[in-house]
Amino acid sequence: MSTTLSGPTRPVDVVRRARRAPRRHHAYLVVGLSVALFGAFVARVLLGNFIITVPDFFRILGGAEIPGATFLLMSEKLPRAILGVLVGVAFGSAGAVFQSTLRNPLASPDIVGVSLGASASAVFAIVVLDLQGLALSIAAIVGAIAIAVAVRLVAGSDGSYRLVLVGVTAAAAMTAVVHYLFTRANEFDALLVLRWLTGALNGVTWPTIWTLLGFLVVLVPALAWTARSAQILQLGPDVATGLGVSRRRTDLLLLLAVLLTALGVAAAGPVAFVAFVAGPISRALNGGRTTLVGAALVGAIVMVAGDYIADYAVPGVSFPVGVVTGAFGAPFLLWLLAAGRAGRKA
Amino acid sequence: MRLAAESVSLGYGAEPVVDEVSLEIPDGLTTVIVGANGCGKSTLLRGMARLLKPISGQVVLDGKAVHKQPTRAVAKTLGLMPQSPVAPEGITVVDLVGRGRQPHRNALQRWSAEDDAAVAEALELTDTLDLADRVVDELSGGQRQRVWVAMALAQQTDLLLLDEPTTFLDVAHQVDLLDLLHGLRETRGTTVVMVLHDLNLAARYADHLIAMSGGKVAATGTPAEVVTADRVEQVFGLECQVIHDPVSGTPLVVPIGRHHRPSAHPHAQGA
Repeated sequence: MSTTLSGPTRPVDVVRRARRAPRRHHAYLVVGLSVALFGAFVARVLLGNFIITVPDFFRILGGAEIPGATFLLMSEKLPRAILGVLVGVAFGSAGAVFQSTLRNPLASPDIVGVSLGASASAVFAIVVLDLQGLALSIAAIVGAIAIAVAVRLVAGSDGSYRLVLVGVTAAAAMTAVVHYLFTRANEFDALLVLRWLTGALNGVTWPTIWTLLGFLVVLVPALAWTARSAQILQLGPDVATGLGVSRRRTDLLLLLAVLLTALGVAAAGPVAFVAFVAGPISRALNGGRTTLVGAALVGAIVMVAGDYIADYAVPGVSFPVGVVTGAFGAPFLLWLLAAGRAGRKA
Repeated sequence: MRLAAESVSLGYGAEPVVDEVSLEIPDGLTTVIVGANGCGKSTLLRGMARLLKPISGQVVLDGKAVHKQPTRAVAKTLGLMPQSPVAPEGITVVDLVGRGRQPHRNALQRWSAEDDAAVAEALELTDTLDLADRVVDELSGGQRQRVWVAMALAQQTDLLLLDEPTTFLDVAHQVDLLDLLHGLRETRGTTVVMVLHDLNLAARYADHLIAMSGGKVAATGTPAEVVTADRVEQVFGLECQVIHDPVSGTPLVVPIGRHHRPSAHPHAQGA
C-alpha cells in the first residue's frame, strides 16, 4: 500500500473520502429542503385569494395600515404560516425520533396514540376545566405523557410491533374520549371538533405561537444534543448498550419527542400523518438514511403547503389542514404497508 | 483476571437460565463458550456484557461489579457483538464502523483525525477497506459480519465479547472470521470471549474452553482437557469419537450417529 504524498490509497484517506459523500448529500438535502420551505412559506403568506405584494408585506410589517391587507396578513396569513412551520418542525422531528429509535416506520406518535392522548387531554381541559393558553399546553403534555407511558407499560419494553398494536388501540380509545367530551360541551362548535380531531391552523392567535416557540427554543437544542445517541440507538438496544448508550437514553429521547408532539397538538390539534410521513420522506431523499433535520424540514413543508392547499384548493371552501394531510397520508400508509417496508427495520 | 463471574444467576423470568455460575476469563487469550441449545451459554455472555442484570451474584470487570459501573465507561474497556445485529437502512460501512467510536467522544466533540485512524485500522484488520463507501444492506453475509466486527474493533477495547459471530456464515467464512479474531489476540493482545456452536471450530480456536450444560459450567480448561468423548456425550448428548485434528493437533469430534453404531453396542439411547 503506497504512502506517497500523491497516493490517495492511504487507509485514512479512504475513510475520509467514504465519509464525505453521505455528508455532502445530506448538506445538499438540507439546503434544498430549506429553499422549498421558504417557497411554501412565501406562497402561504403572499399568495391565495388575496395577493399581497412583497413591498406591501414589508410595509405592513413596518407598521403601515393597508385596509384589508394588514388585517388579513397579521391575523390570518402570517400567523398560520409561522405556526405551520413550528408545528411541522415539532411533529416531523418527533416522528423521526419515534420511528428511528423504535426501529419501525409505523411507530410514529400520531399512529401510536400520543397525539390523540394530547388532544383528548386538551379537550378535557377546555370542556371540563375551562383552561386555555399555557395551562392548555400543560394539559396536552400531561395527556401525551400519560398515554405514552400507558402504551409502553402495556406493550412491554421490547418489541416495537406490540407497541404499534397497543398504540393504535389507545389512539382509537382517545378518539372516543374526544367524541364523548364533545357531547358534554355546552356549545358544540364544529370548528372545535375539527381542530381537536383533525388538526387545523385556523383562528391562530399570536400568544399560541409565542408559547410554542418558547418551548421549541428549549426542546430542539435538547434534541440536537441527544441526536448522536439517537444514531446509536438505531443499531438496536444490544449494540447500543455495548457502545455505552443505555436504554434510559431511549426513554429520554422518546420523552423529548412526546413533549414536542404534545406542544404541537396543543397549538394546532393532532394534524394527521405529519409526524408519520416526515421521517420516511426525508429518509428517501437522504439515500435511505435517517435525518432528524431533514424530517423537521419535511414536516414544516408538509404543514405549510398542506395548509395552503387546504385553504385554496377548492374555491369557496376552506378545509382544516388535517383533512389534506390525512388525504395524502392515508395512501402513503397503504403504500408503505403494501411495499412491505413497515414493521421491518427502520 | 479482568473479567469474572461470581456465582452469577441470570434469566428472563422467574427460572434462572444460568444458575450460580462462577468463572474467570483469562486475559489476552481466546475463551470460547460451548454447550447444547438452551444450556445458557448466550445468556451467560449477555450477562457478562451487562445486557442482562443478574438475578443474584455479579459479573466483575476490573474489580468492580459491571452493573454498578457507568455503561459508557464500560464501553471503553469491553466491546460487544451481539447475535445477528441489524444495520439501519442505507448506512454505509464507514458510518457504521465509525459509530464504534461513540464511547470515546462526548456530545459536543467533533469527529477527529484519531477517529479516522481508528476506523481505518479496523477496516484494514477486517479486510473491509475496499467496502468503505458501500451500503451495509447490500453486502454479503460474510462481508456484513466482518463490518460488524470492524465496528467493535473501532471501539478499541481490551476485551471483546461475541455472541455466535459465525451464525449464518458458510464454513469458509466461519474460518475466515475466526482467523481474524485469532489474529487480534496476536496483534493487539485482545481478550476475546465468544459463544460458538461448532465444537470442532471451538476446539481449534480456543485457548480456554468453557462447556456449559443445564445452566451450569460442566468443564473448563484447554480444548484437550475439555473435549473428551465422555464429556461430549454428557454435555451435548452426542455419542462420538474424539481424534486428533490432523492440521492443528486439537481434539476433533467425530459423531457416531445411529446408523454407524455397532449392533453389539451396549448403549441404546436415542440421540
